[in-house]
Amino acid sequence: MRLTLYIWRQKSTTDKGRFVKYEVENASPEMSFLEMLDMLNRQLIERGGEPVAFEHDCREGICGCCGMVINGIANGPAGGTTVCQLYMRHFKDGAVLYIEPWRSRAFPVIKDLVVDRSALDRIMQAGGFISVRTGSAPEAHTILVSKETAELAMDAAECTGCGACVAACPNGAAMLFVAAKISHLGLLPQGQPERDRRAQAMVRQMDREGFGGCSNHRECEAVCPKRISIRFIARANRDFLRASLFYSKSASGKAGATGKTKRCFEK
Amino acid sequence: MHWIAEFYRSTPGKKFVMAVTGVVLFAYVLLHMVGNLQIHLGPEELRGYVRLRYAAPGLLWTVRFVLLVAATLHVIAAVQLTVRNRGSRPVRYAVRRYREADYASRTMIFTGVAIAAFGVYHLLHMTFGSVHPEFIRSDVYHNVTSGLHVPPVSLLYVAASAVLGLHLYHGLWSVFQTLGLSSPIYDSWRRAFATVFSLVVTLGFGSVPLAVLLRTL
Amino acid sequence: MELDPRIPGGPLEEKWIRYRKTVKLISPANKRNFTVVVVGTGLAGASVAAALAELGYNVLAFCYQDSSRRAHSIAAQGGINAAKNYQNDGDSVFRLFSETVIGGDFRSREANVYRLAELSGVIIDQCVAQGVPFAREYSGYLANRSFGGSLVSRTFYCRGQTGQQLLLGAYSALCRQIGLGRVKLFPRTEMLDLVVAGGRARGIVTRDLVTGSIAAHAADAVLLATGGYANIFFLSTNAKGCNATAIWRAYRRGAGFANPCFVQVHPTCIPQSGEYQSKLTLMSESLRNDGRIWVPKRKGDTREPSEIPENERDYFLERMYASYGNLAPRDMASRAVKRVCDMGYGVGPSGRGVYLDLTEAVARLGGDLLRERYGNLFEIYERITGRDPLKAPMRIYPAPHYTMGGLWVDYGLQSTIPGLFVLGEANFSDHGANRLGASALLQGLADGYFIVPYTLGEYFAGTVLDGVSPAGRPFVDAQKEVQERVARLVAVQGRRTVDSFHRKLGALLWEHCGISRSEAGLRTAIEEIRALRREFWEDVRVPGKTTEFNQELEKAGRVADYLELAELMCRDALAREESCGCHFREEFQTSDGEPFKDDGRFCHVAVWEYMGDDREPVRHAEPLTFETVKPEDRAQYASQGYTRSRRK
Repeated sequence: MRLTLYIWRQKSTTDKGRFVKYEVENASPEMSFLEMLDMLNRQLIERGGEPVAFEHDCREGICGCCGMVINGIANGPAGGTTVCQLYMRHFKDGAVLYIEPWRSRAFPVIKDLVVDRSALDRIMQAGGFISVRTGSAPEAHTILVSKETAELAMDAAECTGCGACVAACPNGAAMLFVAAKISHLGLLPQGQPERDRRAQAMVRQMDREGFGGCSNHRECEAVCPKRISIRFIARANRDFLRASLFYSKSASGKAGATGKTKRCFEK
Repeated sequence: MHWIAEFYRSTPGKKFVMAVTGVVLFAYVLLHMVGNLQIHLGPEELRGYVRLRYAAPGLLWTVRFVLLVAATLHVIAAVQLTVRNRGSRPVRYAVRRYREADYASRTMIFTGVAIAAFGVYHLLHMTFGSVHPEFIRSDVYHNVTSGLHVPPVSLLYVAASAVLGLHLYHGLWSVFQTLGLSSPIYDSWRRAFATVFSLVVTLGFGSVPLAVLLRTL
Repeated sequence: MELDPRIPGGPLEEKWIRYRKTVKLISPANKRNFTVVVVGTGLAGASVAAALAELGYNVLAFCYQDSSRRAHSIAAQGGINAAKNYQNDGDSVFRLFSETVIGGDFRSREANVYRLAELSGVIIDQCVAQGVPFAREYSGYLANRSFGGSLVSRTFYCRGQTGQQLLLGAYSALCRQIGLGRVKLFPRTEMLDLVVAGGRARGIVTRDLVTGSIAAHAADAVLLATGGYANIFFLSTNAKGCNATAIWRAYRRGAGFANPCFVQVHPTCIPQSGEYQSKLTLMSESLRNDGRIWVPKRKGDTREPSEIPENERDYFLERMYASYGNLAPRDMASRAVKRVCDMGYGVGPSGRGVYLDLTEAVARLGGDLLRERYGNLFEIYERITGRDPLKAPMRIYPAPHYTMGGLWVDYGLQSTIPGLFVLGEANFSDHGANRLGASALLQGLADGYFIVPYTLGEYFAGTVLDGVSPAGRPFVDAQKEVQERVARLVAVQGRRTVDSFHRKLGALLWEHCGISRSEAGLRTAIEEIRALRREFWEDVRVPGKTTEFNQELEKAGRVADYLELAELMCRDALAREESCGCHFREEFQTSDGEPFKDDGRFCHVAVWEYMGDDREPVRHAEPLTFETVKPEDRAQYASQGYTRSRRK
């Protein structure tokens, strides 16, 4: 296979960046997209050039490291896959491909196709957990979870935090990621005590990071390597609304509680 | 911070405001459309509908006030969200393709602005009469038939109906998501609901200028 | 080198209980005065960092990935074992323990293994409480499956992504502590050296992978949870970034390296499709339950498999192992596959592959049932190869998967350097010469949540630690050494890429120190590895600068260390003159090709001590004694179903 690549090259976060044209010959349809880039990099290094930086690790579609926008679609034309699991047989011989990094204010480019996704980690640090001390867990069978609920929670929990949803969203929203996390824990009985607090804290952090808002374009769902449904976005919205409209952080059952707290009882 | 302010500051909060005000505006649009359709029954029926409207001034002004507030909030939230969304991607993609996002969803802000602009024109045209050459204050039937007799104006009204339909095609679906209304029981109907009602609104409103233009009235 | 395993006294069942009863404690107010460095944020690293922070220690956590959630624990598919006996099928702590010891071919430490089995239950409790969405029955109770033919169903799972879910559980606990300010996380930061001061591990030297700046971090203890080194083979099921640098640098600073040659090979992976291939993907072995494995009888037969008539096919596993057939144990199956391919019967473009044919199962059970059973495997296979396994036979080939070897640790998981603790796959402790399926996840979490939080306290309580500063002598020296080494890599400016060396090293090891090893092969390998290492330092090309984001430089440092570790692996394989578990020496087999194990001479842990670059490492031995399950009783257990084929 012969390919013409226009790859985004950017030396550092502060560099302006530009597209550089590369011709790749002898690509095989059995190669993964990343192996095709490996081949390009080998040629670049051997000719004394600088290889293209791109993130990757497990190369079996689960670690969530890799990702790039190929001809305007996050992770390329195949859909429902990561680029490490995208194979060249999905492209035509002689194809012209524009390869760009995830573009988002919250994901500054580190180099070439590598971006800083630590914003997603900070959202998790704000509330993406169940506060259980090591060793204080009760016997596992004291917590029953119906099969349907467990499966649904698992559907959400499969999120790899790769950021394709943000990259694909016309608004640069991180709502599918946040919704998957809120729903995973919010669905399970273990996650109930912190459900309201979690939804609020995670959404607040999401906003602080500078992501856009969800307009229900459904682009995220279409590119998600784990095909996570936007139904979880509805669910997370519901949790957030419930938390915001009926729950107060300063909830207290004592006499003289403020009006704010009262809302807590009115539900 | 007060909880309302804090809630509104969040993106889902703004979207909630957009969704709720959108529902209010949609309800008004439906009522308005049903009223407009009276014209097909004849001048007397339309005048009867208009008299009904003015029968309870308190109710009328309440509705107008609610509408004004809803429209204002809808616009403010839309502008704020759009600014935010545009700002979330300072460097744009050189090549952009969409897999799911349709024309309606991607043009919400444009159709929204167009509808707002048309709304102002429509008020000046049919309510205040300032841009209506043959405006007679109390004769709605006359104002409509004479106002829409001019083909460019009439076509503008048809186009506005279509744009409104496009806006609702996404809005009426999106509102379920934003308000957290999702369930396997009715999820498959959400799209159909939005499609049907956006069509109804487009046809309902569009039928009046078309009818005037085609001299069937 | 002193190798005192420091196993507590008393009967096996009471050792850990006694240890915990008598362990010295640190007062809560005092814990905040201790700083602990944790390297790696996989199951072991994330869980120990979170657990220690909960106790009140200051924790500095490091990972080379952009996020602590991406460690390779995430890729484990099958599940996690726990002796809950929820199925009432006769499981118990003792049974999990004895299966693990037997699975490891009596090359693991009895007391450690028992503790692993003992802790398995609370690990499930902990994970459930964290919100790990384990598979459930309709009743809401936890579901189990039997894994790799074990006679009991004790494996807990989350679809085919158990590792991911367990890691996300540990990651969420870590996130909580980061949010609370008790853990400081350094992502995209790689440990390049260990700092030993006053005979104790007191810190590390790291490189910031974004800016390239090299820094020293002082601490009161250093915990390595950096995983295994199967990626040394280049083509393995490990992630591309998996490396031995942290443990190798610790070895060079005086930590003993135990059983480096013990590498588990997984027989059913998707084979290489060309020279450019960067990674092999594992397919669950369960496919062998319904598939028949064959190659054409004619060498270099390029016909489509469907065009090869039945009488021209060689169902070699059925032919060689009449009793096991296609379910021959992992190591036997892997060896047989490699042998037929080496002889030229292999299929596929590289000639390194055999057919796993489901045609008969399709006829017998129907495609729908098979799809239900193996749907996600078929999907993976089809995505990678573009072929539907129900239409044409799948091609499979063995691949390195897990390393049982690692840094030597005592019962408290402390290495031979005081204050250096090693957890998870990075240590050698629990799996002996081969690992049971679904026990790697178990070990990572046991070490992190429930063992080191106790044993580290014991270390602190019993030790007087002087104050150290990153500006002090050993830190500055170590930092300088790292700087020089990094600069040296860039300065070579040769002609060949780092990957080309790694690929060659991998091929060499695969040939001589992989599934089957021989004295002559190992000796050749050692020579060739040395030559390759020289060549590397003369001809490698690392573009770019040291003070920037430079992925080639990262790889170069890791491959440079692999080039040293590879030699130690070969030495270890050479010194172990027996066949046990994953380690098969061609000279040591019975007349019918069964491995010949020498418990008289080799029932011990081989521990290597670094003596300097110009001197040969020294091999020490920690003798292993088995009081509860004895090697000679193996046949008895085998008759109860603990046969070798019962491993994962």
